[in-house]
Amino acid sequence: MSYFRAENLSLHFGGLKAVDAVSFAVEKGEILSIIGPNGAGKSSIFNLISRIYPPTSGKIFFEDQDITQQPAYDIARLGIARTFQNIELFENATVLSNLLVGRHRHSTTQLWQELLFLPSVRAGEKAHRRRVEQVIEFLDLEPYRDKLISGLPYGVRKVIELARALCSEPKLILLDEPSSGLNVEETDDMSFWIRDMKSELGITVLMVEHDMTLVNRVSDRVIALNYGRVLAMGSPSEVQHHPDVVAAYLGA
Amino acid sequence: MRFLFKTDYEDDIRLFPHSGYIYSYGLLLAVLLVAPYVLSSYLMSQLVFVCIYATVGVGLLILTGFTGQASLGHAAFLAIGAYTAAYLQQFNVPFPVYFLAAGLLTGVVGALVGFPALRLQGIYLVIATISFAFIVEEILARWESVTHGNEGMRVKTIQLFGTTVSRDGPTFYYLCLAVLVLTIVGTLNLLRSPTGRAFVAIRDSETAARSMGINVALYKVKSFAISAAITGFAGVLFAHKLSFISPEMFTLQLSIEFIIVILIGGTFSLHGAVLGAIFLVMIDPFLTYLKDDMPGVISGVAATLGAGTERAGHIQDAVAAFASANGLKGAIYGIIIVVFVLFEPLGLYGRWLKIKLFFQLFPLYKRATFKRQKIYVKSERNR
Repeated sequence: MSYFRAENLSLHFGGLKAVDAVSFAVEKGEILSIIGPNGAGKSSIFNLISRIYPPTSGKIFFEDQDITQQPAYDIARLGIARTFQNIELFENATVLSNLLVGRHRHSTTQLWQELLFLPSVRAGEKAHRRRVEQVIEFLDLEPYRDKLISGLPYGVRKVIELARALCSEPKLILLDEPSSGLNVEETDDMSFWIRDMKSELGITVLMVEHDMTLVNRVSDRVIALNYGRVLAMGSPSEVQHHPDVVAAYLGA
Repeated sequence: MRFLFKTDYEDDIRLFPHSGYIYSYGLLLAVLLVAPYVLSSYLMSQLVFVCIYATVGVGLLILTGFTGQASLGHAAFLAIGAYTAAYLQQFNVPFPVYFLAAGLLTGVVGALVGFPALRLQGIYLVIATISFAFIVEEILARWESVTHGNEGMRVKTIQLFGTTVSRDGPTFYYLCLAVLVLTIVGTLNLLRSPTGRAFVAIRDSETAARSMGINVALYKVKSFAISAAITGFAGVLFAHKLSFISPEMFTLQLSIEFIIVILIGGTFSLHGAVLGAIFLVMIDPFLTYLKDDMPGVISGVAATLGAGTERAGHIQDAVAAFASANGLKGAIYGIIIVVFVLFEPLGLYGRWLKIKLFFQLFPLYKRATFKRQKIYVKSERNR
């Protein structure tokens, strides 16, 4: 059985088939990229997995558990974290508190304990902070700890979003266009981090990406989508030279 | 300028970042403790109202400022707290018991209001909370067996540990101050723990909060309940301070006053609730001054500038008519809100921070420091 599996996943908006009977599997510890032209349904698949949209039909399995009907907030609790294409950070909070929100799924304290700030809450806060610091070190975010998000440049925000996802200690991470809006050096850093996430932290990565250089450098396998359907699946070079994929990008 | 060198995670957790805070807040507390022996009874009465309004302001800040859910229904929560106290008093329930019961009941009602409010955003939520406030007002007027309808209810003085706590005495003031301080400390504790961060996360991006494992519905209901409970506690004190309550005291105007408290004080920090409460409560003496003294002062100035006695008299009448016009208070509130939203959206506390920074950085302060950056990439479609 695969680690993560989507079976005949469909999302229809009226007559528009954003995702149409897509099936794929992700093996534990691999980096799988989803590519495709704009509007191919890549981000919709992510939104289906993180339960922002309910699927029209089909099922999603994670660690042999059917998660199709789980509420959205339970997805993170199961160990699936994600980033967003357009950056969804908590704008008016500091970087630190953004990252600490990533620890939310690990917090165990009750409301009344927090009102009194009992020693258990204090200890919990320090433990969370320790994990957050590890992520900060991993992603070189030390200069930004106490900065407000609203004052930070786009490239840094992109990294902070990745950091927030990592703070939840996910088993599977969904990266929605991690390199969009980044310059060449920042994209380089991103590709190193994605590979380190796999090799050092043992996280399985599912990513949507347009930048083929990045896809080629990090992916173990690639899926090409168009009009909500799977065109090709396989190693990066196989998929890129697949006649249907070439036709989808260049027009036939 | 002070630089903080952090050496421990504790440095980011503690309530007072450095010793300066302890001295200044300690001094403030000392001044507040000796206030009853220095200030006139009128000012003391105003100070009690500042405490009560600030407590409500803190409650409203949790909901509106930190969770991002607007409410124009807090007068209703105040009313529920006040009426619970007045009702339970009839059965000789001791003060600590009905104080807690009032907060608890208001909290439960707040949670019940929170459920239908889950699907509402922005202006729709405001309208829903206004309707809730009207419903409560109507119930208070009609449920005569419990609330005595429009006749209102008398509230007896507090009996605490065998002594009588007069509503004008220093003990009652200390009680209000203690409630305010405990509320602030509890709220600060909440804000530095996971629940508080979840509130802020919901305010800034519900989608991201959800995908980080935050049960948005649960935390919104929690926020409503906490906010309502705090307002309920304030309601008990409010009832005792006025010694008489009736439905027409808890109108939309009162809810708007609470919004003014946090809007003028600043919605991003608890300081805002206190500063806003001081501002709002002090509008009343200002209006009295306007009514009583302003006409005479202006006509005096006109007379010295060479206007005849008759003309000065006309001016005095005109100013007096203006100052005692109906609805002047509402108009002033409206103008204040508009002025603050336009020129100082961060409120009085924001202005204070700017002044502080100006002196810290002198002469290097730049006006653009607080200029808000406009960003157009955030998507609203996944809400």
